[in-house]
Amino acid sequence: MKYFEYMGKSLFKEYGIPVPDGAVAETPDEAAEITKKLGSAVIKSQVLTGGRGKAGGVKFADSPEEAGKAAEELLGQEIKGYKVERVLVEEKLNIEKELYLAITIDSTKKSPVLIASTKGGMDIEEVPEEYIVKKNIDVLTGMEPFVIREIVSELGFDFKAETSKQFMKIVSKLYQAFRALDAELMEINPLVIADGQVIAADAKVTIDDCARYRQKDLPYVEEKTVIEKKAAELGLAYVELEGDIAVMANGAGMSMATLDILQYYGGKPANFLDAGGGAGSETMARAIELLLEKKPRVIFINIFGGITRCDDVANAITQVLGQQKIEIPVVIRLVGTNEEEGRRILEAQSLSAYNLMHEAAQKAVELARK
Amino acid sequence: MAIYVDGDTQVLVQGITGKQGSFHAGQMLAYGTKVVAGVSPGKGGQKVHDIPVYDTVQAACAEHSIHASIIFVPAAFAKDAALEAFHSGIKLVAVITEHIPVHDAMEIMAQAKIHGATVVGPNTYGLVSSGLCKIGIMPNNFFKPGKIGVVARSGTLSYEIVGNLLEAGYGTSTVVGLGGDRIVGLSFVDVLQEFEKDAETEAIVMVGEIGGNAEEEAAEFIKSSMDTPVVAYLAGKSAPEGKRMGHAGAIIERGKGTFASKESALKNAGVPVADLPFEVPKLLEEILTGRRGK
Repeated sequence: MKYFEYMGKSLFKEYGIPVPDGAVAETPDEAAEITKKLGSAVIKSQVLTGGRGKAGGVKFADSPEEAGKAAEELLGQEIKGYKVERVLVEEKLNIEKELYLAITIDSTKKSPVLIASTKGGMDIEEVPEEYIVKKNIDVLTGMEPFVIREIVSELGFDFKAETSKQFMKIVSKLYQAFRALDAELMEINPLVIADGQVIAADAKVTIDDCARYRQKDLPYVEEKTVIEKKAAELGLAYVELEGDIAVMANGAGMSMATLDILQYYGGKPANFLDAGGGAGSETMARAIELLLEKKPRVIFINIFGGITRCDDVANAITQVLGQQKIEIPVVIRLVGTNEEEGRRILEAQSLSAYNLMHEAAQKAVELARK
Repeated sequence: MAIYVDGDTQVLVQGITGKQGSFHAGQMLAYGTKVVAGVSPGKGGQKVHDIPVYDTVQAACAEHSIHASIIFVPAAFAKDAALEAFHSGIKLVAVITEHIPVHDAMEIMAQAKIHGATVVGPNTYGLVSSGLCKIGIMPNNFFKPGKIGVVARSGTLSYEIVGNLLEAGYGTSTVVGLGGDRIVGLSFVDVLQEFEKDAETEAIVMVGEIGGNAEEEAAEFIKSSMDTPVVAYLAGKSAPEGKRMGHAGAIIERGKGTFASKESALKNAGVPVADLPFEVPKLLEEILTGRRGK
C-alpha cells in the first residue's frame, strides 16, 4: 500500500526524522489559513505517482491569498490520471543541497538495502552509478553504527560536520521505521540541507499489504477500483485492463499467460483475475458476476485444475447462468482435477469446454471480433 | 538421479491437521512420498492418514529421521514454523503458505543461511522428483519420470507446461516451484546449477514471469556456466506497469522487470523463448535434436 506524502511525513515525524513545517489542506481556505503561520509556502498536490513537479502539481505562494489561489488550481486537477484531493502546504526551505536516501527490499540479496546519493532531487534511475552508495543490511542485526559510518565515508561526507551527524541519525531512524512498520519502500528524495539542517523534503512510503494484520494503527489508503475492491473482498487478485474479453483463470502465472495468449491472437483482455488457490464454487460464481459488470463482449474461463476443482468451476458457471441471462458468449477451457465431472455438469446445460488453451483463446478472440 | 529430493527423502508436514495440510499429506502419500510425521501444536498424539502427529518439530525429530519439511501453517505463524524446522536441523524446508509479510521472509532466509538450510518458496507449489518424492501441492498425475528438469515461478502455469511436455512424450526429472513472492529461498540460478550437475537431466524448461531480475541473472549464468540446454517460457507480456499481477513479485516497477528485458537476456544467452506455452515441447525437440546431431 502506497502512502501519500503527507502520511509518509507524519510517520517520519513520529520516528524523529525532521520534516518541513506544514499541514495538509482539502480546501483553498485551509491552504490560506496554514500559510498565515508559515509566511511563504510550497503547495504540493498529494497524488500516488511520481513526477508531479514536472506535471505542474507543485506551486509556490508568498501570501495566504496566493496560497488559496494555488490550492484552488491544484485541487480537483488530474495528475497522470490521479485526482488531487488534498494539497500539502509547507514552509519554503532555503535549500543548499539535495541528497537522496532510501531503504527498500533487495530480492536478489534477500535483505533490506539502503541507497544513498549526493545527487538528490531527480529519479535515482537517472543518477550515474558512481554517485550511488548501496548497502545491504543484515536483517538479523540491523543498521549497526559501523554500517552508517561506512555509508557516510563512501558518500564523501565530512565526519565532523554537524549535517553529517544529523544525516547519520536520520539513516538510523529511517531503518527503525522501515522495520517497525513492515515497509517495502521508504524513500526521501530529496533529503535536503537547508540552513544547516537536514530535512526530509519528500516522502515515499509503501507498506507491505501482507503485514496489515499486525500494523493495525497505520492508515489505510484505497488504491483499487470498485471492481478490484470487490474482488479483493472475495480474496481474489484482480487487475482492471482496457479490453473487451473478460478473463477468469487460476494461478497468477496462468492468468498472465491467458492474457498474453489472447493478445497474441489479436484479442484485448478486459482484466486479470486469478481465481486460484482453491476458491470454492460460490466464490467463483461471485467472480463471474464481477466479470459481467465490466460489460465485456466475451467471457473466457481458462482453468487447469490443481487445487481448483473443475466441478466447482462448472457449478459456478451454471449457478450464474441459472440466476441471470448472459447475453454474451462464454468460452470455457477446463482440464485437470475432476475434469470429467466438470464437463458433465456443463453438458447438462448445453455448454461445452475446450481441452486446449490456445484453441479456446482463438475462439474467444474470434467471438469478440463479431 | 534427481535434484534436492529423491526416493529416500523422509518428510515432515507442519500444519498437518489443517484443511490444506491434511489433504495434501494424503496426496503426497498417494504419490509415494515418505511422509513420516506431522506437527500441529496441541494436537500431539493424533494421527492423520495414519501419520503420527507431534506438538513440536523437536519431538517429531526425536522419533524420526527427517530430511525435509513442508509448511502449511497460516502466514502469521509461518516464520516461526520455518525457524522451528531450522533449529531442529532440517535442511530442506518448503513453505507453501501465501501472503507471508516480506520482512518475515527476509528473516527466514537470513536464518536459513546460518543453519545451512535450503528454503523452497514461500508461496510455492513445492517440488517433486517425478516418481520418487513429491513435497508440494501439485496434482499427482502430471509428474511422470523423465529427463526434463523444470523450474518455475508459478504453479498452474507449470502444470500446464508439464502437461504439454507429457503429452509430447517428455517426463520430468525434478520440477521446482520457486514461489511467487518478492523474497524466495531458491533462485533460477540455484536450481539451474543443480540441474547442470544432474546427469539424468537432459534439458531444462524455465518458466519465468515479469518482475524482479531473476530471469536476467539466470541468462547470465546459462551463458557463462551451462552446458545443459535450456528452453524458456515467460508470462506477463501483456501486463501493465505498476500493477501486481497476482504474485507479490510479479510487478513492473519504474521500468524494471519487464518482459522485453527478460526475453532479450535469455535470447542473448542462446535460450529459445516460446511465445505460447504449448510451443515449449517443440522448442525442446529442436534443441535436443540439434544436440544429438552434433
